[in-house]
Amino acid sequence: MHLFKLVILPFMLLTLLNACSTQPKTTLYQQLGGQAGINTLTDKLIERIGQDKQILPFFAATKISYFRTQFALHLCAISDGPCQYNGDTLAQIHTGMAIKHSDFNRVVELLVAAMDDAKIAQRAQNQLLARLAPMRKDVIHPL
Amino acid sequence: MNYSPLNLTAFFTRQGQLFLAVVVFLAAWQNSWAAEGKLLATPGVFQVEGAGGGGLVPWAQLGGYATEDEIAATAFCSRAQLDEFDLTVCGAGVNFYDRTEITVAQQRFGVFPLKLDIQQNIYGLKTRLFGDLVYGDLPQISLGMQHKTLQDGKIAYLLGAQKDSGTDIYVAASRLHLGALAGFNAFWNITLRASDANQMGLLGFGAEHNHRSINAEAAVAIFLNRHLALGTEYRQKPNNLTLREDDWQDIFIAWFPNKSCSLTLAWIDLGTIAAVPDQRGWYLSLGGYW
Repeated sequence: MHLFKLVILPFMLLTLLNACSTQPKTTLYQQLGGQAGINTLTDKLIERIGQDKQILPFFAATKISYFRTQFALHLCAISDGPCQYNGDTLAQIHTGMAIKHSDFNRVVELLVAAMDDAKIAQRAQNQLLARLAPMRKDVIHPL
Repeated sequence: MNYSPLNLTAFFTRQGQLFLAVVVFLAAWQNSWAAEGKLLATPGVFQVEGAGGGGLVPWAQLGGYATEDEIAATAFCSRAQLDEFDLTVCGAGVNFYDRTEITVAQQRFGVFPLKLDIQQNIYGLKTRLFGDLVYGDLPQISLGMQHKTLQDGKIAYLLGAQKDSGTDIYVAASRLHLGALAGFNAFWNITLRASDANQMGLLGFGAEHNHRSINAEAAVAIFLNRHLALGTEYRQKPNNLTLREDDWQDIFIAWFPNKSCSLTLAWIDLGTIAAVPDQRGWYLSLGGYW
Protein backbone atom coordinates (compact mmCIF):
# COMPACT_ATOMS: atom_id res chain seq x y z
CA MET A 1 0.00 0.00 0.00
CA HIS A 2 2.74 2.41 1.01
CA LEU A 3 4.67 1.25 -2.00
CA PHE A 4 1.82 2.32 -4.20
CA LYS A 5 1.45 5.69 -2.58
CA LEU A 6 5.04 6.61 -2.53
CA VAL A 7 6.65 5.15 -5.59
CA ILE A 8 4.09 4.05 -8.11
CA LEU A 9 1.80 7.03 -7.73
CA PRO A 10 4.42 9.72 -8.41
CA PHE A 11 5.58 7.70 -11.38
CA MET A 12 2.05 7.53 -12.74
CA LEU A 13 1.59 11.25 -12.22
CA LEU A 14 4.82 11.96 -14.01
CA THR A 15 3.79 9.72 -16.88
CA LEU A 16 0.53 11.58 -17.05
CA LEU A 17 2.38 14.88 -17.00
CA ASN A 18 4.46 13.53 -19.81
CA ALA A 19 1.41 12.62 -21.85
CA CYS A 20 -0.31 15.96 -21.25
CA SER A 21 2.66 18.15 -21.95
CA THR A 22 3.63 16.66 -25.28
CA GLN A 23 4.79 19.70 -27.20
CA PRO A 24 2.52 21.10 -29.91
CA LYS A 25 4.09 18.94 -32.59
CA THR A 26 7.35 20.78 -33.00
CA THR A 27 10.18 18.58 -34.14
CA LEU A 28 13.39 18.42 -32.17
CA TYR A 29 15.00 20.11 -35.18
CA GLN A 30 12.75 23.13 -34.63
CA GLN A 31 13.43 23.09 -30.89
CA LEU A 32 17.14 23.25 -31.66
CA GLY A 33 16.50 26.40 -33.69
CA GLY A 34 16.43 24.84 -37.14
CA GLN A 35 19.51 24.91 -39.36
CA ALA A 36 20.69 28.22 -37.90
CA GLY A 37 20.49 26.81 -34.38
CA ILE A 38 22.30 23.65 -35.37
CA ASN A 39 25.04 25.62 -37.11
CA THR A 40 25.52 27.76 -34.00
CA LEU A 41 25.59 24.65 -31.82
CA THR A 42 28.17 23.03 -34.09
CA ASP A 43 30.40 26.11 -33.98
CA LYS A 44 30.10 26.33 -30.20
CA LEU A 45 31.02 22.65 -29.89
CA ILE A 46 34.07 23.14 -32.10
CA GLU A 47 35.11 26.06 -29.88
CA ARG A 48 34.68 23.92 -26.76
CA ILE A 49 36.64 21.02 -28.25
CA GLY A 50 39.39 23.41 -29.30
CA GLN A 51 39.83 24.41 -25.66
CA ASP A 52 39.71 20.90 -24.20
CA LYS A 53 42.99 19.17 -23.47
CA GLN A 54 41.37 15.76 -23.12
CA ILE A 55 39.39 15.76 -26.36
CA LEU A 56 41.36 17.96 -28.75
CA PRO A 57 44.01 15.28 -29.49
CA PHE A 58 41.29 13.04 -30.97
CA PHE A 59 40.75 15.71 -33.61
CA ALA A 60 44.41 16.03 -34.59
CA ALA A 61 43.79 14.51 -38.01
CA THR A 62 40.36 16.06 -38.52
CA LYS A 63 39.70 18.67 -41.14
CA ILE A 64 37.53 21.08 -39.13
CA SER A 65 35.53 22.47 -42.07
CA TYR A 66 34.60 18.93 -43.08
CA PHE A 67 33.68 18.03 -39.48
CA ARG A 68 31.56 21.17 -39.26
CA THR A 69 29.38 20.35 -42.29
CA GLN A 70 29.13 16.62 -41.54
CA PHE A 71 28.33 17.08 -37.84
CA ALA A 72 25.65 19.68 -38.57
CA LEU A 73 24.18 17.41 -41.23
CA HIS A 74 24.13 14.50 -38.79
CA LEU A 75 22.40 16.58 -36.08
CA CYS A 76 19.86 17.81 -38.63
CA ALA A 77 19.10 14.25 -39.73
CA ILE A 78 18.71 12.74 -36.24
CA SER A 79 16.57 15.63 -35.00
CA ASP A 80 13.99 15.04 -37.76
CA GLY A 81 15.21 17.96 -39.84
CA PRO A 82 15.05 18.06 -43.65
CA CYS A 83 18.45 16.43 -44.12
CA GLN A 84 19.87 13.05 -44.90
CA TYR A 85 23.23 12.02 -43.54
CA ASN A 86 25.13 9.94 -46.08
CA GLY A 87 28.62 10.36 -44.67
CA ASP A 88 30.85 7.74 -43.10
CA THR A 89 29.25 5.72 -40.33
CA LEU A 90 30.18 6.55 -36.75
CA ALA A 91 31.87 3.17 -36.48
CA GLN A 92 34.03 3.94 -39.53
CA ILE A 93 34.95 7.34 -38.15
CA HIS A 94 35.91 6.14 -34.68
CA THR A 95 37.64 2.85 -35.45
CA GLY A 96 41.10 2.64 -33.95
CA MET A 97 40.74 5.74 -31.80
CA ALA A 98 40.65 3.80 -28.53
CA ILE A 99 37.98 6.06 -27.05
CA LYS A 100 37.31 5.45 -23.37
CA HIS A 101 34.03 5.86 -21.48
CA SER A 102 35.41 8.98 -19.83
CA ASP A 103 36.31 10.46 -23.24
CA PHE A 104 32.81 9.82 -24.51
CA ASN A 105 31.26 11.39 -21.42
CA ARG A 106 33.61 14.35 -21.73
CA VAL A 107 32.32 15.00 -25.25
CA VAL A 108 28.76 14.74 -23.89
CA GLU A 109 29.70 17.44 -21.38
CA LEU A 110 31.23 19.62 -24.10
CA LEU A 111 28.10 19.19 -26.17
CA VAL A 112 25.95 20.15 -23.18
CA ALA A 113 28.11 23.23 -22.63
CA ALA A 114 27.83 24.07 -26.34
CA MET A 115 24.04 23.68 -26.16
CA ASP A 116 24.03 26.05 -23.19
CA ASP A 117 26.18 28.46 -25.24
CA ALA A 118 23.68 28.17 -28.09
CA LYS A 119 20.80 28.88 -25.67
CA ILE A 120 19.04 25.59 -26.37
CA ALA A 121 16.40 24.75 -23.77
CA GLN A 122 17.28 22.05 -21.26
CA ARG A 123 14.46 19.73 -22.29
CA ALA A 124 15.47 19.91 -25.95
CA GLN A 125 19.04 19.24 -24.84
CA ASN A 126 17.96 16.09 -23.02
CA GLN A 127 16.05 14.85 -26.03
CA LEU A 128 18.99 15.38 -28.35
CA LEU A 129 21.21 13.51 -25.89
CA ALA A 130 18.65 10.70 -25.76
CA ARG A 131 18.94 10.33 -29.54
CA LEU A 132 22.72 10.39 -29.47
CA ALA A 133 23.16 8.02 -26.51
CA PRO A 134 22.39 4.79 -28.44
CA MET A 135 25.26 5.62 -30.80
CA ARG A 136 27.85 5.19 -28.08
CA LYS A 137 28.43 1.57 -29.01
CA ASP A 138 29.61 2.67 -32.48
CA VAL A 139 32.00 5.19 -30.96
CA ILE A 140 33.56 3.28 -28.06
CA HIS A 141 33.65 -0.23 -29.47
CA PRO A 142 33.31 0.19 -33.23
CA LEU A 143 33.22 -3.11 -35.10
CA MET B 1 34.63 14.82 26.13
CA ASN B 2 36.38 11.63 26.99
CA TYR B 3 38.31 10.13 24.11
CA SER B 4 41.84 9.39 23.10
CA PRO B 5 42.98 10.50 19.64
CA LEU B 6 43.18 6.88 18.52
CA ASN B 7 39.68 5.98 19.59
CA LEU B 8 37.89 6.65 16.37
CA THR B 9 34.58 5.46 17.71
CA ALA B 10 34.50 8.03 20.44
CA PHE B 11 35.50 10.75 18.03
CA PHE B 12 32.29 10.20 16.13
CA THR B 13 30.13 12.14 18.52
CA ARG B 14 27.29 14.06 16.96
CA GLN B 15 29.40 17.20 16.91
CA GLY B 16 32.34 15.23 15.56
CA GLN B 17 30.28 13.87 12.72
CA LEU B 18 28.82 17.23 11.84
CA PHE B 19 32.30 18.70 11.86
CA LEU B 20 33.56 15.86 9.69
CA ALA B 21 30.72 16.32 7.22
CA VAL B 22 31.47 19.98 6.77
CA VAL B 23 35.19 19.27 6.40
CA VAL B 24 34.50 16.59 3.78
CA PHE B 25 32.17 18.87 1.89
CA LEU B 26 34.50 21.85 1.87
CA ALA B 27 37.59 19.77 1.16
CA ALA B 28 35.87 18.21 -1.80
CA TRP B 29 34.27 21.40 -3.08
CA GLN B 30 36.80 22.22 -5.79
CA ASN B 31 39.31 19.41 -5.81
CA SER B 32 40.99 19.14 -9.17
CA TRP B 33 42.46 15.65 -9.03
CA ALA B 34 39.27 13.67 -8.74
CA ALA B 35 38.12 10.85 -10.97
CA GLU B 36 35.57 12.47 -13.23
CA GLY B 37 34.84 10.03 -16.04
CA LYS B 38 31.12 9.75 -15.32
CA LEU B 39 28.49 12.34 -16.09
CA LEU B 40 27.48 14.74 -13.31
CA ALA B 41 25.22 13.21 -10.65
CA THR B 42 25.23 9.72 -12.17
CA PRO B 43 27.03 8.05 -9.22
CA GLY B 44 24.19 9.12 -6.94
CA VAL B 45 24.74 9.98 -3.28
CA PHE B 46 25.49 8.14 -0.03
CA GLN B 47 23.24 5.52 1.46
CA VAL B 48 22.82 5.26 5.26
CA GLU B 49 24.66 1.93 5.22
CA GLY B 50 27.57 3.43 3.28
CA ALA B 51 26.84 2.10 -0.20
CA GLY B 52 26.52 4.27 -3.25
CA GLY B 53 22.84 4.92 -3.65
CA GLY B 54 20.10 7.12 -2.49
CA GLY B 55 19.55 7.70 1.20
CA LEU B 56 17.67 4.63 2.40
CA VAL B 57 18.20 2.36 -0.60
CA PRO B 58 21.48 1.11 -2.08
CA TRP B 59 21.39 1.70 -5.84
CA ALA B 60 23.01 -0.22 -8.67
CA GLN B 61 25.48 2.59 -9.40
CA LEU B 62 28.87 2.44 -7.74
CA GLY B 63 29.92 5.49 -5.72
CA GLY B 64 32.36 7.99 -7.19
CA TYR B 65 33.00 9.21 -10.71
CA ALA B 66 35.43 6.46 -11.77
CA THR B 67 35.05 4.87 -15.19
CA GLU B 68 36.79 1.76 -16.53
CA ASP B 69 40.35 2.99 -16.02
CA GLU B 70 39.96 5.12 -12.90
CA ILE B 71 39.80 4.65 -9.14
CA ALA B 72 37.53 6.96 -7.15
CA ALA B 73 37.15 7.61 -3.45
CA THR B 74 34.19 8.98 -1.53
CA ALA B 75 33.47 10.15 2.00
CA PHE B 76 30.30 11.37 3.63
CA CYS B 77 28.39 12.07 6.82
CA SER B 78 24.62 11.96 7.17
CA ARG B 79 22.21 12.74 9.93
CA ALA B 80 18.57 11.86 10.49
CA GLN B 81 16.63 13.62 13.20
CA LEU B 82 13.43 11.89 14.36
CA ASP B 83 11.13 12.60 17.27
CA GLU B 84 12.55 10.04 19.68
CA PHE B 85 15.70 8.94 17.88
CA ASP B 86 18.51 10.27 15.80
CA LEU B 87 20.96 8.58 13.48
CA THR B 88 24.34 9.83 12.43
CA VAL B 89 26.46 7.99 9.89
CA CYS B 90 29.90 8.66 8.52
CA GLY B 91 31.51 6.53 5.90
CA ALA B 92 33.98 6.22 3.08
CA GLY B 93 34.34 4.16 -0.04
CA VAL B 94 36.58 3.27 -2.94
CA ASN B 95 35.39 2.50 -6.45
CA PHE B 96 37.77 0.36 -8.49
CA TYR B 97 37.37 0.89 -12.23
CA ASP B 98 33.60 1.26 -11.90
CA ARG B 99 33.50 -2.48 -11.34
CA THR B 100 33.73 -2.89 -7.58
CA GLU B 101 32.86 -0.64 -4.68
CA ILE B 102 34.17 -1.16 -1.16
CA THR B 103 32.64 0.89 1.65
CA VAL B 104 32.92 1.33 5.39
CA ALA B 105 30.37 3.15 7.51
CA GLN B 106 29.73 3.73 11.17
CA GLN B 107 26.27 4.43 12.48
CA ARG B 108 25.37 5.96 15.81
CA PHE B 109 21.75 5.58 16.70
CA GLY B 110 20.57 7.75 19.57
CA VAL B 111 17.65 6.40 21.60
CA PHE B 112 16.33 9.43 23.50
CA PRO B 113 13.86 7.60 25.81
CA LEU B 114 16.67 5.38 27.12
CA LYS B 115 19.36 8.05 26.90
CA LEU B 116 21.70 5.67 25.12
CA ASP B 117 23.46 5.22 21.79
CA ILE B 118 23.67 2.09 19.69
CA GLN B 119 26.64 1.84 17.36
CA GLN B 120 27.05 -0.33 14.33
CA ASN B 121 29.83 -0.77 11.80
CA ILE B 122 29.00 -1.74 8.23
CA TYR B 123 31.40 -3.12 5.65
CA GLY B 124 30.01 -3.07 2.14
CA LEU B 125 30.97 -4.61 -1.16
CA LYS B 126 29.18 -4.07 -4.44
CA THR B 127 30.04 -5.19 -7.92
CA ARG B 128 28.59 -4.14 -11.24
CA LEU B 129 27.50 -7.27 -13.08
CA PHE B 130 26.41 -5.84 -16.41
CA GLY B 131 24.44 -3.08 -18.08
CA ASP B 132 24.83 0.66 -17.74
CA LEU B 133 22.93 3.42 -15.99
CA VAL B 134 22.69 5.58 -19.12
CA TYR B 135 23.86 3.75 -22.24
CA GLY B 136 23.10 0.50 -24.04
CA ASP B 137 20.09 -1.78 -23.92
CA LEU B 138 20.20 -2.98 -20.33
CA PRO B 139 19.87 -1.15 -17.01
CA GLN B 140 22.84 -1.36 -14.70
CA ILE B 141 22.64 -4.49 -12.56
CA SER B 142 24.80 -4.85 -9.47
CA LEU B 143 25.24 -7.40 -6.71
CA GLY B 144 26.12 -6.20 -3.25
CA MET B 145 26.55 -7.20 0.37
CA GLN B 146 26.66 -5.38 3.66
CA HIS B 147 28.24 -7.00 6.70
CA LYS B 148 27.08 -5.36 9.90
CA THR B 149 28.32 -5.68 13.45
CA LEU B 150 26.85 -4.07 16.50
CA GLN B 151 29.37 -2.71 18.92
CA ASP B 152 27.26 -3.88 21.83
CA GLY B 153 24.40 -6.34 21.28
CA LYS B 154 22.87 -5.94 24.75
CA ILE B 155 19.79 -4.01 23.62
CA ALA B 156 19.34 -6.26 20.59
CA TYR B 157 19.36 -9.43 22.68
CA LEU B 158 17.07 -7.84 25.24
CA LEU B 159 14.52 -7.20 22.48
CA GLY B 160 14.69 -10.79 21.25
CA ALA B 161 17.28 -10.64 18.48
CA GLN B 162 19.41 -13.74 18.02
CA LYS B 163 22.65 -12.24 16.78
CA ASP B 164 24.65 -9.04 17.01
CA SER B 165 26.01 -9.27 13.49
CA GLY B 166 24.62 -10.16 10.11
CA THR B 167 25.10 -9.90 6.38
CA ASP B 168 22.65 -8.51 3.86
CA ILE B 169 22.88 -9.52 0.21
CA TYR B 170 21.19 -7.49 -2.49
CA VAL B 171 20.70 -7.19 -6.21
CA ALA B 172 19.99 -3.74 -7.63
CA ALA B 173 18.97 -2.47 -11.05
CA SER B 174 18.96 1.17 -12.07
CA ARG B 175 18.51 3.31 -15.16
CA LEU B 176 18.53 6.98 -16.11
CA HIS B 177 16.23 7.77 -19.03
CA LEU B 178 17.34 10.90 -20.89
CA GLY B 179 14.55 13.35 -21.67
CA ALA B 180 12.00 10.67 -20.85
CA LEU B 181 9.50 12.62 -18.74
CA ALA B 182 8.32 15.75 -20.55
CA GLY B 183 11.90 16.27 -21.65
CA PHE B 184 13.36 15.82 -18.17
CA ASN B 185 15.78 13.05 -17.26
CA ALA B 186 14.12 10.35 -15.17
CA PHE B 187 15.73 7.78 -12.88
CA TRP B 188 14.57 4.53 -11.31
CA ASN B 189 16.15 1.88 -9.12
CA ILE B 190 14.87 -1.41 -7.79
CA THR B 191 16.71 -3.39 -5.15
CA LEU B 192 15.96 -6.83 -3.73
CA ARG B 193 17.62 -7.48 -0.40
CA ALA B 194 17.94 -10.71 1.57
CA SER B 195 18.32 -9.68 5.20
CA ASP B 196 17.63 -10.74 8.76
CA ALA B 197 18.44 -7.31 10.20
CA ASN B 198 16.08 -5.69 12.67
CA GLN B 199 15.87 -1.96 11.97
CA MET B 200 18.85 -2.18 9.62
CA GLY B 201 20.76 -4.14 12.27
CA LEU B 202 20.58 -1.50 14.98
CA LEU B 203 18.25 -3.81 16.91
CA GLY B 204 20.22 -6.93 16.06
CA PHE B 205 19.60 -9.72 13.63
CA GLY B 206 16.92 -12.40 13.44
CA ALA B 207 14.54 -13.46 16.20
CA GLU B 208 13.06 -16.68 17.42
CA HIS B 209 11.29 -18.38 14.47
CA ASN B 210 12.15 -15.41 12.27
CA HIS B 211 15.15 -15.31 10.05
CA ARG B 212 16.22 -14.06 6.67
CA SER B 213 13.61 -12.68 4.30
CA ILE B 214 13.69 -10.96 0.92
CA ASN B 215 12.48 -7.39 0.74
CA ALA B 216 11.99 -4.96 -2.11
CA GLU B 217 13.32 -1.42 -2.18
CA ALA B 218 12.73 1.17 -4.85
CA ALA B 219 13.57 4.72 -5.84
CA VAL B 220 12.42 7.10 -8.53
CA ALA B 221 13.69 10.58 -9.29
CA ILE B 222 13.44 13.32 -11.83
CA PHE B 223 16.23 15.74 -12.67
CA LEU B 224 14.91 19.30 -12.55
CA ASN B 225 18.18 20.34 -14.16
CA ARG B 226 21.71 18.90 -14.37
CA HIS B 227 22.40 19.72 -10.73
CA LEU B 228 19.16 18.99 -8.94
CA ALA B 229 17.29 15.71 -8.52
CA LEU B 230 13.93 15.35 -6.81
CA GLY B 231 12.88 11.87 -5.84
CA THR B 232 11.37 9.39 -3.46
CA GLU B 233 12.40 6.05 -2.02
CA TYR B 234 10.66 3.12 -0.42
CA ARG B 235 12.25 0.35 1.59
CA GLN B 236 10.37 -2.74 2.64
CA LYS B 237 11.71 -4.13 5.91
CA PRO B 238 11.85 -7.46 7.67
CA ASN B 239 9.58 -7.72 10.69
CA ASN B 240 11.28 -10.20 12.98
CA LEU B 241 10.91 -8.88 16.51
CA THR B 242 7.61 -8.83 18.36
CA LEU B 243 8.05 -5.07 18.34
CA ARG B 244 6.53 -3.88 15.15
CA GLU B 245 8.84 -2.76 12.33
CA ASP B 246 7.53 -0.62 9.50
CA ASP B 247 8.66 -0.02 5.95
CA TRP B 248 10.67 3.14 5.37
CA GLN B 249 10.16 5.94 2.92
CA ASP B 250 11.63 9.29 2.02
CA ILE B 251 11.25 12.22 -0.31
CA PHE B 252 14.56 13.78 -1.23
CA ILE B 253 16.21 16.57 -3.11
CA ALA B 254 19.85 16.08 -4.06
CA TRP B 255 22.12 18.85 -5.20
CA PHE B 256 25.25 18.23 -7.27
CA PRO B 257 27.01 21.62 -7.61
CA ASN B 258 29.93 19.85 -9.35
CA LYS B 259 31.61 16.44 -9.49
CA SER B 260 33.33 17.01 -6.17
CA CYS B 261 30.49 17.05 -3.71
CA SER B 262 26.78 16.57 -3.16
CA LEU B 263 24.20 17.59 -0.61
CA THR B 264 20.98 15.70 0.03
CA LEU B 265 18.03 16.85 2.06
CA ALA B 266 15.15 14.49 2.73
CA TRP B 267 11.95 14.09 4.64
CA ILE B 268 11.93 10.58 6.07
CA ASP B 269 9.16 8.44 7.51
CA LEU B 270 10.51 5.44 9.37
CA GLY B 271 7.22 4.42 10.99
CA THR B 272 7.38 2.56 14.27
CA ILE B 273 10.81 2.04 15.79
CA ALA B 274 11.18 -0.08 18.95
CA ALA B 275 7.47 0.32 19.68
CA VAL B 276 7.59 4.10 19.36
CA PRO B 277 5.17 5.00 16.55
CA ASP B 278 5.27 7.68 13.86
CA GLN B 279 8.96 8.39 13.67
CA ARG B 280 9.36 11.05 11.01
CA GLY B 281 11.88 13.77 10.47
CA TRP B 282 14.62 15.38 8.47
CA TYR B 283 17.68 13.89 6.88
CA LEU B 284 20.74 15.76 5.69
CA SER B 285 23.73 14.21 3.95
CA LEU B 286 26.98 15.82 2.80
CA GLY B 287 29.56 13.98 0.77
CA GLY B 288 32.70 14.41 -1.25
CA TYR B 289 34.02 12.60 -4.33
CA TRP B 290 37.67 12.23 -5.27
